[in-house]
Amino acid sequence: MNAPDATALKAKDFATDQEVRWCPGCGDYAILKTMRKTLAEIGANPDNTVFVSGIGCAARFPYYMATYGFHTIHGRAAAVATGLSLANDDLDVWVVSGDGDSLSIGANHLLHVLRRNVDVQYLLFNNEIYGLTKGQYSPTSRPGTRSPSSPTGSADAPVHAVSYALGCGASFVARAVDVGSAVLGDVLKRARDYRGASFVEILQNCIVYNDGIFDGLTDKKVLADNTVVARHGEKLLFGKDNERGLALSSGGFGIEVVTLGENGITVDDVLVHDETNPVLAGLLGKLGGPETPTVVGVIYCQPRATFADTRRDSSSVPSSERDVPDLSDLNAVFHAGTVWEVN
Amino acid sequence: MPALLVSRPASCLVNPSPARKIQRLQALRLDALHKCLNPMTQSSVPDLLSETEDLVVRFAGDSGDGVQVVGQQYTLETALAGNDLATFPDFPAEIRAPAGTLFGVSAYQIHFGSRDIRTAGDDLDVLVAFNPAALKTNVGDLKPGGLLVIDTGAFNERSLKKADYDFDPLIDNRLDQWRVLAVDITAMTRAAVVDCGVSTREAARSKNFFALGLVLWLTSRHRETTREWMQGKFASSPAVLAANLAALDAGHAWGETAELPPEVGAVHVAPASLAEGTYRNINGTEALSFGLLTGARLAELELVYCSYPITPASNMLHALTQLAQYGVQTFQAEDEIAAACAALGASYGGSLGATGSSGPGLALKMETIGLAIGAELPMVIVNAQRGGPSTGLPTKTEQSDLFQAVLGRNADAPVAVVASRSAGDCFETAVEAVRLAVTYMTPVILLTDGYLANASEPWLIPDPRKLDSFKVAFHSDPEGFEPFSRDETTLARPWVKPGTPGLAHRIGGIERADGSGNISYDPDNHQLMTQLRRNKIDGIANDIPAQGYEFGDESDSTLIVGWGSTWGPIQSAVQQLRSTGMRVASTHLRHLWPLPANLGSMLEQFDRVIVPEMNDGQLVKLLRAQYAIDATGINKVAGQPFRIRELVESINKEVTT
Ligand code: SF4
Repeated sequence: MNAPDATALKAKDFATDQEVRWCPGCGDYAILKTMRKTLAEIGANPDNTVFVSGIGCAARFPYYMATYGFHTIHGRAAAVATGLSLANDDLDVWVVSGDGDSLSIGANHLLHVLRRNVDVQYLLFNNEIYGLTKGQYSPTSRPGTRSPSSPTGSADAPVHAVSYALGCGASFVARAVDVGSAVLGDVLKRARDYRGASFVEILQNCIVYNDGIFDGLTDKKVLADNTVVARHGEKLLFGKDNERGLALSSGGFGIEVVTLGENGITVDDVLVHDETNPVLAGLLGKLGGPETPTVVGVIYCQPRATFADTRRDSSSVPSSERDVPDLSDLNAVFHAGTVWEVN
Repeated sequence: MPALLVSRPASCLVNPSPARKIQRLQALRLDALHKCLNPMTQSSVPDLLSETEDLVVRFAGDSGDGVQVVGQQYTLETALAGNDLATFPDFPAEIRAPAGTLFGVSAYQIHFGSRDIRTAGDDLDVLVAFNPAALKTNVGDLKPGGLLVIDTGAFNERSLKKADYDFDPLIDNRLDQWRVLAVDITAMTRAAVVDCGVSTREAARSKNFFALGLVLWLTSRHRETTREWMQGKFASSPAVLAANLAALDAGHAWGETAELPPEVGAVHVAPASLAEGTYRNINGTEALSFGLLTGARLAELELVYCSYPITPASNMLHALTQLAQYGVQTFQAEDEIAAACAALGASYGGSLGATGSSGPGLALKMETIGLAIGAELPMVIVNAQRGGPSTGLPTKTEQSDLFQAVLGRNADAPVAVVASRSAGDCFETAVEAVRLAVTYMTPVILLTDGYLANASEPWLIPDPRKLDSFKVAFHSDPEGFEPFSRDETTLARPWVKPGTPGLAHRIGGIERADGSGNISYDPDNHQLMTQLRRNKIDGIANDIPAQGYEFGDESDSTLIVGWGSTWGPIQSAVQQLRSTGMRVASTHLRHLWPLPANLGSMLEQFDRVIVPEMNDGQLVKLLRAQYAIDATGINKVAGQPFRIRELVESINKEVTT
């Protein structure tokens, strides 16, 4: 798949000559940088890579990647990408979207691209606000978010991106933070390697309209206390010295934060991450906020047949195998059923 | 023997020699079961027949009565008898409306003849009414003296009440103006199938085939093809097969042997003189599906048809799904928008993306069509128009989406629009839509309607090897590549498949710089790109045939301009009016946007331009706006096609006032 010389590409080779037009300091810059670096590291072939996006700040992403790119319409990138995969399922397709794009106007298409398991990497840049339209509250905004359209604070209950994706039947769900390039890079690689729809929520800071909402996850001083990096087969530990962990709550139906050495807790009480376990994924994905740490990394990964796999049996015979350029095979179609001759 | 149709001159003829020799291609397989059920395997045609030039027959009953199936089989037998024909299936929006209700009546009409048949017919010669509701809603269309076949077994106090009858039409004199053949079809069907091993309920279900057998006899049609069809269709259920075969034969035999009243006898319609070749019966949905597939193959592309179920377009999705092995992928999307987007995504990927819908669905697809216009990617959008606004009349026909097709997007967003005139013509317009889409890198909207989707007619099967290819040449040369450079003649931009080495580039919905395609908010560039998009579509006018006349020419004083499925009634009306000496010519548009290059000068030749449409006046406004001419509309939005008579009257009125 990769052209031999493509392996020599550097991050900067994935940059276009287009001026990047995000606000200075926007979290999107960090994501773009990690993306370019990751594609260079894995030796992606730019000619075989396509970025498809909808509308929003995040959706400008394709213009800045020296690959194929299609900037479409609001909320519909998933549907366009599905059609692209019908035409050619050998391409490496990335969908780049935001929280309004994916969870408001395009939530239906996100649902279906995930349940169909179309082989794309679906990146949801979640900044919990509408940026491009100047700062209205979004479907992921926390209750009470003050914005031009909610001056007294938003009232709608927010949608939870990871829980939504799991509910849609996603077979790969991950989360990363814009500036957390190590985890983000790993997650992007895993997502790209995954056959099927890989959903990645990227928590992204909008410096202009919603600045600081993810400070707890980005500020070096507190970051370790607020973030659990989920790694398959490893203990779900966190804290500066990995002194805390996630354990089954005493009732057995939830997850609680435990501190090693307190109340007789040992490392044996801490859960081991099993990314194939949907129940665990549901519990881990939901964590975050003031009381519990946010889980990043690959939360769920349970491969199943892709959209292309399931269609393969019933789908059309590729033209290479048909080999009847003169259309004579269509005679069978036209003449099916009862025909008669007039002479 | 008196004529079945008292309104027509009748002559007693013994099997006149057909205008053309009709040769059945399909071998008739009469298997053992058939033989044991019916020792009389030869279809017997009465010796003495009244000859008639054409005949209009309608079956009407509950939507659960199998009226459509009977209509289709009757159509096939009629096509095989060599007649030209046109059909009009008309069914309620409800799948199984409550039995016996007026709104649950389903009907199937066929007009066939020994001459050119262009419409499903104004008035009925024969009406088969399976219940009081069907009688009540349809008998008004039966000609005085026409033949009325009634299943008396379905008439009782309850069914009369459901049909809002406060009298029994069978014992009243109110049906006197028609020749009534009152038959207890239900009881006779039960008797005929008594040994077939079906339940009483199942037995009653076969009554449609009894009626079919009877009407086949009355109109001198064979029934072998129907028997063959039954053997395939009901193969999994031998008892039902046996019952249906028995009912069909019993109906036929009853017509032949019963002492029918002297005024009811069989008629014969001689074969029509059709052009030489191999024919099949085809409806608009099939023709469209074949046309899209053929167009894609002529372009050497895979067809990717993406759709969301909607009446009356869903059948295209079903039809194309059957054709996977010939180069079609179908995709049932989550909604209309996704269907359009997936089609566009497929075109972006180098296939021919197509989507199909009906009015409200087209509205949902419009933003995507706008993107296809801006990104300049090919795409075919089929719109089977129906009554509106909103849900409107889902199963009824209308032509009211012309404005939506030509103008219905945000901003200056021209697309090519074509429309089909008949079921068979759907094939050619679909091929043309694909040709325009890939040649001009543009979305093309193909307008059909609820009538065309279901209507059928004999189709001269084309030889696919003889069709002109328009193979797509994907761009693959990196040298000097610019995604928004243009072909000098067509102004089309290059089509590049993602995956092509060295040509990675970005396109999108934000205005693109001329040439490079990079984001551009430059005012002059937007002006230029708007003009280029307009000129590209306008230029199609030079790539389509000059508009010609259906009837007459510029020496006439009045021109009738039509488009779409009104072709049949309009041309029939014009033919009639010309035979009375009226100086009326006609032209019928396939290309609605851009309009043919010579149309303006054509219209100028006439004192009067009349535009009949099944809408509240859309083409007429477009023509007035485009050419600043004085055109008048004749408009009907009754969910039903024009009748020839209505048009004759309306044109007469316009011309004489
Ligand atoms: S508005 Fe917010 S999200 Fe958009 S570019 Fe600016 S900082 Fe980034």
